[in-house]
Amino acid sequence: MHTRGNRWLLMPLAAFFVLFVVAPLGLVLGVSLYTDASMGSMGAVQYVKFLGDPFNRQILLETLAQALGAVVLSMAFGYPIAYLYTLLTRGWQRILLFAILLPMLTSSVVRTFAWVVILGREGLINQLALGAGWVEQPLKLLYTQGAVLVAVSQIEMPMMILPLISSLGAIDSRLLDASKALGAGRWRTFIRVILPLSVPGLLAGALLVFAAAASAFVTQTLVGGGRLMFMPFYIYQQAIQSQDYPFAASIAMILLATVLVVVVAINTLGRRSRGFVHG
Amino acid sequence: MADAPTPRAARRGAIRLGQRLDRLTFGAALAIGAVVGVSLLVLPSVIVVMTSFTSGYSLKFPPPGYSARWYQALFLDSPEIIDAFILSLKLAASATVISTLFSTAGALALARNPARWARLLDAALMSPLMLPSLALGLGILMLFNLAGQGLSFTTLLIGHIAICSPYILRTASASYAQLDPVLLDCSFSLGASRWHTFVRVELPAILPGIATGAFISFMVSLDNVAMSLFLSDARSEVLPIRLWHIIEDSLDVRAAAASGALIAATLILLLVMEKVAGISRHMK
Repeated sequence: MHTRGNRWLLMPLAAFFVLFVVAPLGLVLGVSLYTDASMGSMGAVQYVKFLGDPFNRQILLETLAQALGAVVLSMAFGYPIAYLYTLLTRGWQRILLFAILLPMLTSSVVRTFAWVVILGREGLINQLALGAGWVEQPLKLLYTQGAVLVAVSQIEMPMMILPLISSLGAIDSRLLDASKALGAGRWRTFIRVILPLSVPGLLAGALLVFAAAASAFVTQTLVGGGRLMFMPFYIYQQAIQSQDYPFAASIAMILLATVLVVVVAINTLGRRSRGFVHG
Repeated sequence: MADAPTPRAARRGAIRLGQRLDRLTFGAALAIGAVVGVSLLVLPSVIVVMTSFTSGYSLKFPPPGYSARWYQALFLDSPEIIDAFILSLKLAASATVISTLFSTAGALALARNPARWARLLDAALMSPLMLPSLALGLGILMLFNLAGQGLSFTTLLIGHIAICSPYILRTASASYAQLDPVLLDCSFSLGASRWHTFVRVELPAILPGIATGAFISFMVSLDNVAMSLFLSDARSEVLPIRLWHIIEDSLDVRAAAASGALIAATLILLLVMEKVAGISRHMK
């Protein structure tokens, strides 16, 4: 009833959003349609240029593969933590929640730096491998695809765990009792009851992790180094270093469109899975 | 009679063994998963803090010895890092205050509104959470270029507000949606004005949600690189970009000390905010 009179409260946020989110993105789209850096004439040349070059397609595919890989890894490592959370007492739940929130809120430069230390020439992994006599020379771990994947997955893991915790917490415990009473063991109950009912949480987490991993600029540049190229840095490089705004804008649009397609796909799946859980 | 087990007893034994195996393997898998998972969450921060206290000149782990020398170097001889930190604090505080005002007002108008336009607008306003922030940063930069507006603290602030406000909108909306509408009717029927109802009924109820959003927004701004790369002028460098350069160029151990200090500050802020506003309830 009273919401009607409240509409004017929306004005500052909506105006800001139109001016500094909608308009800039429209501008990116517009500039991406110029044929060259001097912005003389228009056409879809930049997109043809991007998609026609195998080097560029490789960058796009690797960015996508990294982000999807991060979704899978964060699920694999995050699930046991979220499940553990549901088994703990209140006090331990609080402690575990802090262990999840602290890294989530810590600067991503700091968390990336942790991986630089762990994977470096004199880092933890190399010290362990050398100490155990497995290798003679320090391994080159930094600046590899695998290193970026592991670091991004670990950094985005809290975004997977939090929605999983709320989705696991919403499961009716009588269903678990029923499964047990009907003779199902732990594994069977987990696979047939708990896992399907936690799909909404998995999808919500997948959405957040994918979006974050696809634009994990800091981790991609610091753990990936100069030789590995991902879409976010490519945008920056073309815009600032090469001053080729139309090409940078087209890369940004392609990244945006790709992320949007995946986000919409996951969202659609999510809506269906919620229907499945409640219906 | 007792030594020859009947087929039934043997079957029962096999079932019991199967059950025990089931419980054992499930328990073991969960334990291993949980230990690996929790180590992955916690160990990187521990390793950074340990490295920051190294007495050596490199990022060797484990450190050859321990000292506070890099913290001394950080706080006493690194004016450029301290300046970057102060700029980042100013930026994060300003962006959070403005985002909080905008988004709280927006949440009051949107959160309890079931209309289709309101739901769509709500989703649109949340979209910067999902969009690649470099794309948005590039767009805002081109907008200022088009307007002939040079880069300054203000341009940087605008970029940060754009990415911070969705966080506050989300938590403020969530706690406002949970507020029982009967309370508002009570307040009105007891003769309270619109403003009085807001201050005495609505605001106290959504304050923890706002505080949680503001806290996340502050940390997000403090962490942001994408916006700052495009929108800061040549003279002003924010902390995450300064650290990014240090780590990229020289692997200076001061980066470890700065990281250790940031982890400690985040932990303290998290504990204080939990005490004051119970933020962990609003973050699940």
